[in-house]
Amino acid sequence: MENLEALMHGFGIALSGNHIFLMVIGVLLGILVGVLPGLGAPNGVSLLLPLTFGMQPVSAIILLSSMYWGALFGGSVTSILFNIPGEPSSVATTFDGYPMARDGRPTTALATAFGSAAFGALAGVVLITLAASWVAQVALAFGPPEYFAVYFLAFASFIGMGGSPPIKTLVSLAIGFALAAVGIDTVSGSVRLTMGIDEMVKGVSFVVAVMGLFGIGELMIAVEEEFHVKAISSKVEWREVFRTLVGLPKHGWALLRSAAIGCWMGITPGGPTAASFMSYGIAKRLSPRRANFGKGEPEGIVAPEAADHAAGTSALLPMLSLGIPGSATAAVMMGGLMIWGLNPGPMLFVEQKDFVWGLIASMYLGNVVAVVLVLLTVPIFAALMRVPFFIIAPVIVIICTVGAYSVSNSYLDVMLMMGFGVLGYLFKKLHYPLAPLVLAIVIGDKAEDAFRQSMLMSKGSLGIFFAKPLVTTLILLGVALLLMPTIWRTIGRMMPRSEVKP
Amino acid sequence: MSQKPTFAAIAFGLAIGFTGAANAAWQPAKPIEFIATAGPGGGTDNFARAVQNIVTKYKLVEQPIVVVNKAGGSGAEGYTYTKAMAGDPYKVVFGTSNAWNQPMVSKVAYNYTDLTPIAAMVQDEFLLWVKQDAPYQNVQDFIKAVAAKPPGDVKMGGAQSKDTDETLTRMIDKAAKVKFVYIPFKSGAEAAVQLAGGHIDAHVNNPSESIGQWKGSTQRPLCAFSPQRLPDGPKVTATQNWHDIPTCVESGLAIPQFQQPRTVWLPGKVTSDQTAFYVDLMKKVQATPEWKEYIERTSQTDTFLTGDAFNKFIKEDIERTRKVAADEGWLISN
Repeated sequence: MENLEALMHGFGIALSGNHIFLMVIGVLLGILVGVLPGLGAPNGVSLLLPLTFGMQPVSAIILLSSMYWGALFGGSVTSILFNIPGEPSSVATTFDGYPMARDGRPTTALATAFGSAAFGALAGVVLITLAASWVAQVALAFGPPEYFAVYFLAFASFIGMGGSPPIKTLVSLAIGFALAAVGIDTVSGSVRLTMGIDEMVKGVSFVVAVMGLFGIGELMIAVEEEFHVKAISSKVEWREVFRTLVGLPKHGWALLRSAAIGCWMGITPGGPTAASFMSYGIAKRLSPRRANFGKGEPEGIVAPEAADHAAGTSALLPMLSLGIPGSATAAVMMGGLMIWGLNPGPMLFVEQKDFVWGLIASMYLGNVVAVVLVLLTVPIFAALMRVPFFIIAPVIVIICTVGAYSVSNSYLDVMLMMGFGVLGYLFKKLHYPLAPLVLAIVIGDKAEDAFRQSMLMSKGSLGIFFAKPLVTTLILLGVALLLMPTIWRTIGRMMPRSEVKP
Repeated sequence: MSQKPTFAAIAFGLAIGFTGAANAAWQPAKPIEFIATAGPGGGTDNFARAVQNIVTKYKLVEQPIVVVNKAGGSGAEGYTYTKAMAGDPYKVVFGTSNAWNQPMVSKVAYNYTDLTPIAAMVQDEFLLWVKQDAPYQNVQDFIKAVAAKPPGDVKMGGAQSKDTDETLTRMIDKAAKVKFVYIPFKSGAEAAVQLAGGHIDAHVNNPSESIGQWKGSTQRPLCAFSPQRLPDGPKVTATQNWHDIPTCVESGLAIPQFQQPRTVWLPGKVTSDQTAFYVDLMKKVQATPEWKEYIERTSQTDTFLTGDAFNKFIKEDIERTRKVAADEGWLISN
């Protein structure tokens, strides 16, 4: 209860006119960078950072974190309306969000996403409030074997997800691993798979990959089926926004489960990307409307959004308590912390109570501000869907080109992005799943590093993955998920036989 | 009495104006790009942004400055990019000794000779860190404990592979006749967290990478790889500051000096006027109180090597690293 007292103190700090104003400004700027092409949360926060040098650390972090919340919500907008995920963690939102919007229900899709995201974020903050002092210990238990086990679990849940034939998922994962290996290898320090192109030493950027795979790839499909793309007739209605929000508790179970997955993945350093994918996979498995997933099923939006925001929010905790930035944005904020003269680490909670609890209180308020602002703007964003295809298509090409170029001001990235566009198109045509490919690009090299670090530690013995209860549990869980489809198929094959017998 | 300082100030102003005029042979005419060869929040990024802030604050350059992070390939992305910009005086790259060490051990597409050296402005220090509750009180205890175990049982973490941290680890191996297994992580910050969790036994982080953990009593330094103790300053923990940490030589580990220079470069093929402009600019940056504050906050050592002194430093550092790299079989055959 000590924490609750501290939180009340925090509200005292965060609830000043000045800070509320900063929150509104931060959220609005955040939504803007989230929606605009080529500007993500990390860039936005970096650009804003110099402005905070004269501020009190509390005010500065409130401004920056509000911008982060705004950008997270803004990122969902482009995922749903244009199938272009701004951050790795909003990829899973495109699976059902985009089909729903395309089917003429953009308002419902956006409102569902924002509602679930708000719930997830709230769960994350509540968790931070209650567990602030305890959580640091959990994260410390994570060494290389545990990291590998978490990544393994994410990959395994994908293969076991059952959406596509496991072998196709494996192929997609394997291509992703190969792409993730391009560049300098952390463990040996040598240059790999650059194909003689000097610039490839930097590796394949996630942004470049998703812009091509989703943005351009989807566009090519749409062009091919041009006459199937309906001019969207949606009347933008406020009532629809409210009806959707009121209807959200219908998915109460999915919300709770997704938020729990998100919080777990946020504290343990699995991260929001793995969380949203895993949550989507589990929702699909457990839902009675399994066949609807991928075609605009509301639960397919609820699950990844709630998990993503729960993980994104609770991931700030390891940054503050341990100095491990869970995302690029958190890394920039941590740089800010150092410049303001604060050292992230366990002592922050002891020495800088005002700062820490002011920030935590502002997370409640900032997310409320973000949800209100973003819901107010839903009809405006949804109206974008009524713009005819012949205008939207070139805009998407421009967005993707500018986005890919701006990653590191390189034409090579633009070419790569186009290449990924073709790959995305081929994947769709041949019914290969794109999600495992993206997942492997994002966490493939981390998984590889963790595995090889573990091998260095154990002098090459796989026994290290069964040496401690935590890592053993994670690995066994992964293996169980991996074998699930096979087991179910076997059972399925047995069942009819046993029915035939009698 | 009051006239004297005024006069001095005027004289000082004139002198600065004069040197300014003398160096005005080349002036930037468009925005300048600072390329940090590390991601946001890393030591090199902080360095580039500190210089940017000072230049902007004192209007040392009329043109705007943009910091761009090109961290891919352990920094190789930034250097390769700069190499391709030969002759362009509006690209300034900020890095470390990896500018000359990385091409030695890794097949990257640049060498430091493709760049024009401006200056080495700071030396970041290295310390040997162990977990707070480890039984060793000093380096001798630690080395004895390592020697007592089979080779490769004790785990040293560090940032990147075959870079400064691993080089220093191998130098410790030699000096103390032990054998650590080296576990490379993405950054020193990551290694620090792994040490706090007890997954590794030691690391050789810079002060700024581990100060938070030292304050938070999860790890502590045993000795500093510097010729004399680090400067006196405010207490970091309840009882100690950086100056209380003995040098490694003092405590019986014969590695007198190991430092990480923070370096500034232009692309190749720029004119000597352009080079002189940036050397002068960096000197002005270093004379400000904000720079002092940056040095103190990050517990680094102020230095300014340029021209021949910088070249000599590079030669010596290459010599030393090559020796370790050759012994370990890291050298690439080009």
